[in-house]
Amino acid sequence: MKLKAVTLLLFLLPLPLAAQGLDPSAILHPAPGSWPTYNGDYSGRRFSPLKQINAANVKDLHLAWLYHASTGPGALPFGQEIKSTPLEVDGVLYFTIPDHAWAVDARTGREIWHYKWQSQGGIHTGNRGVAIYHDWLYFETPDDHLICLDKNTGKLRWAVVIADLDLEYFSTPAPLVVNNHIIVGVGGDSLDVPGYLEARDPETGAVQWRFNTEPSPGQPGSETWPNAQAMEHGGGMTWLTGTYDPDLNLLYWGTGNPNPVHAPQSRKGDNLYTCSIVALNPDNGKLVWYFQASPHDTHDWDDVEEPVLFDAEVNGKPRKLIAQAARNGYFFVLDRTNGEHLVTSKFDPDLNWSEGVNEKGQPIPNPAKQPQTDGTLVNPASDGATNWPPPSFDPQSGLFYVSSTPSYSVYYLTDTSAHPEGYGGRDSIVWAESALVALDYKTGNIRWRHVYPGDGGSLSGILTTAGKLLFTGDPSGNFIAFDPETGRPLWHVGLTSTVSNGPMTYELDGKQYLVVGAGENLYAFTAPSGGK
Amino acid sequence: MVLRTWAVCFFLAAGISAAPAQQQTPPDQQNTQTQGQKNSTSPNQQQGAQANPQNSEAVREAIRNFLAIGAPPNPEAVKRGQAIFVSTCGFCHGPNATGGAQGPNLVRSTVVLHDQGTGKEIGPVVHNGRPGKGMPSFPNFTDAQIHDIAQFLLGRTQAAANRMEYSIQNIVTGSPQTGQAYFQAHCSTCHSAAGDLAHIATKYEPVALEGRFLYPGNSHEFGMGPPPDPRAEKHVTVTLPSGATYSGVLAHLDDFSVALRESSGVYRSWVFDDVKGIKVEVQDPLAEHLKLLHQYSDADMHNILAYLETLK
Repeated sequence: MKLKAVTLLLFLLPLPLAAQGLDPSAILHPAPGSWPTYNGDYSGRRFSPLKQINAANVKDLHLAWLYHASTGPGALPFGQEIKSTPLEVDGVLYFTIPDHAWAVDARTGREIWHYKWQSQGGIHTGNRGVAIYHDWLYFETPDDHLICLDKNTGKLRWAVVIADLDLEYFSTPAPLVVNNHIIVGVGGDSLDVPGYLEARDPETGAVQWRFNTEPSPGQPGSETWPNAQAMEHGGGMTWLTGTYDPDLNLLYWGTGNPNPVHAPQSRKGDNLYTCSIVALNPDNGKLVWYFQASPHDTHDWDDVEEPVLFDAEVNGKPRKLIAQAARNGYFFVLDRTNGEHLVTSKFDPDLNWSEGVNEKGQPIPNPAKQPQTDGTLVNPASDGATNWPPPSFDPQSGLFYVSSTPSYSVYYLTDTSAHPEGYGGRDSIVWAESALVALDYKTGNIRWRHVYPGDGGSLSGILTTAGKLLFTGDPSGNFIAFDPETGRPLWHVGLTSTVSNGPMTYELDGKQYLVVGAGENLYAFTAPSGGK
Repeated sequence: MVLRTWAVCFFLAAGISAAPAQQQTPPDQQNTQTQGQKNSTSPNQQQGAQANPQNSEAVREAIRNFLAIGAPPNPEAVKRGQAIFVSTCGFCHGPNATGGAQGPNLVRSTVVLHDQGTGKEIGPVVHNGRPGKGMPSFPNFTDAQIHDIAQFLLGRTQAAANRMEYSIQNIVTGSPQTGQAYFQAHCSTCHSAAGDLAHIATKYEPVALEGRFLYPGNSHEFGMGPPPDPRAEKHVTVTLPSGATYSGVLAHLDDFSVALRESSGVYRSWVFDDVKGIKVEVQDPLAEHLKLLHQYSDADMHNILAYLETLK
């Protein structure tokens, strides 16, 4: 009995650390079983060391709770989906739908608070989630605000404008906390506006630095544009959360397609730094190195897909690597200290738009496959061979996994003027299928490829775990556990719609939870008897 | 290895192969819940939108909402504003406001975009000019005229931002003769110009027709494409361990279950884990379309379309 009294007292004492919320240093080395940032940690691997749920017991997983995220009246015409990956901090999950943020009890699925932002407009296609810094929660909105809430109460602390809504910017990424910087990206390519990435002050929201996707006239990279006008309207949005290497102190971020999107006649050249992975100093936003995945893109293939960081051997030597399965259908592996190219391969075996790969490892676009007035048949479609749904690297299998939609589309050039605007063309998809692809990072070869028999092109995020499991969704609304080595399904459950986010996992009180979003629902699964 | 027969076939054929899986069931409808940033609900991906008149007003409104394009300008004001703009401003800014001899493109100008069709932002610029940049002043324009110009510019901006309303140009550029030869060699087993394809060019706009012959299983999410063609439906035969067989239109297939609808209308389904030894054979009438889709050159595509366009 004495022991119990002491325990009780312990719980009644305030924990000084908890009172300060999430210190940024806790993201550097996340406690096993926590999920304090968009990708779980800074690496973007989406590999969890948890293994209470494992290949031996996964067939008996059961539902722990289900939370329905109701946005209330005024819903949008295209439906609301949970595309955000929840953060798990101190037993609470935090996630978003455009204009909405929630805190939900991670053990029980009970709502703690729900915050609604009164929108002034903007494209509401999705929101990838929140960032947390001490007791403050940050998320972006379609009308280009960075919102700061008290994570404990959901009360608004401040909101600042991060982009100009009238210029058709809209904002979707989960912000990223790096030290005392809140890194925010922006989106929107309707009207040929320039892309940029900013660091904002966590206390005030003020700009600390800005990286512009396009160089200024005279700067390195400006030679890849015909003139200042083209650069000022060159696009290159920063709409997906990047990754960070604290040892190298480098921030890695993908940039979007150049503008005008499909009509390139006013922007001859490679159009740096669009469709690139840029490595930035997070303290000042200065460019350290870059790799352009799609020089002179004309197909809307943003290169924002997750740049995933891992250390592994290449040709017998340990290397610090960065790997990306790009929307254009290519898989790239680079040395992340300097951007040196190591591997380029196709994960979409039928892509048909390039004439091969140059000495820098970049695909060489075939001019005949640029949008044409009478159409050109291209694989993949403008949504790409993959897109934002998170990939995963599993250090146990040594494989990189990506959700893929091989597809064909006819690209039409609609604006043939010397000074086209906006998209300047359109594409009309004719066919797509969905596949889960496992890639060997050493060679870029496809180790296995699981083509789903369901209908159409559908992508879902991926999670791998030390329990020798890979979790993702299929086009039929199944949430599936695969054997990461072979691609064989081991378990599945039918959800109300296709998996719409990146699945995540955490451990509380000795129990591992597996959480996945499908449409407006968030599902939590646990092992039989909590694995005990 | 106690894998079921079907499963072995299945994984070999499609599941874990690095090769393209022709045996695999291709989708007959695009699941346009793909999660692309800008096209995630993908109005961009619809067929048959060439002329766009077939877009119903409801669809156009839905697309405007998705793209977050505000209320359209007043058409009468646009007309008046355009007349003023072309005669007074067009020399420098171009008749379409996309930039001209001396003046910048106004369609994506920050001042114009902030104006939002009101005239409040552009009014002072028009009235006072920009002497430093060589723009003369136009002090005599009334507020109503400024408003009309602003409405015209708003229309131009919205037209640039609304990619779903872009007009596709003439796409019938191929050789009908070459297309006919291709058709005879590759398509005539199933189709004929005098039979099922008679007058096909009168039924579809060229873009819709092109999409249809490339792969006739397009999405109809927004009601913009041609109606579903029952000939494109997949059929399935399911053989149970007992030897009993069931056939019908494939209602669903994933890695774990199959469902069909019999000609009587009865719906049946099986879960593979629960029926060991089940065999599933899918007959896909579009398999040849999919095979050719991987082979077409752009010239093939243009020539076939040119030939089909002769079938008036």
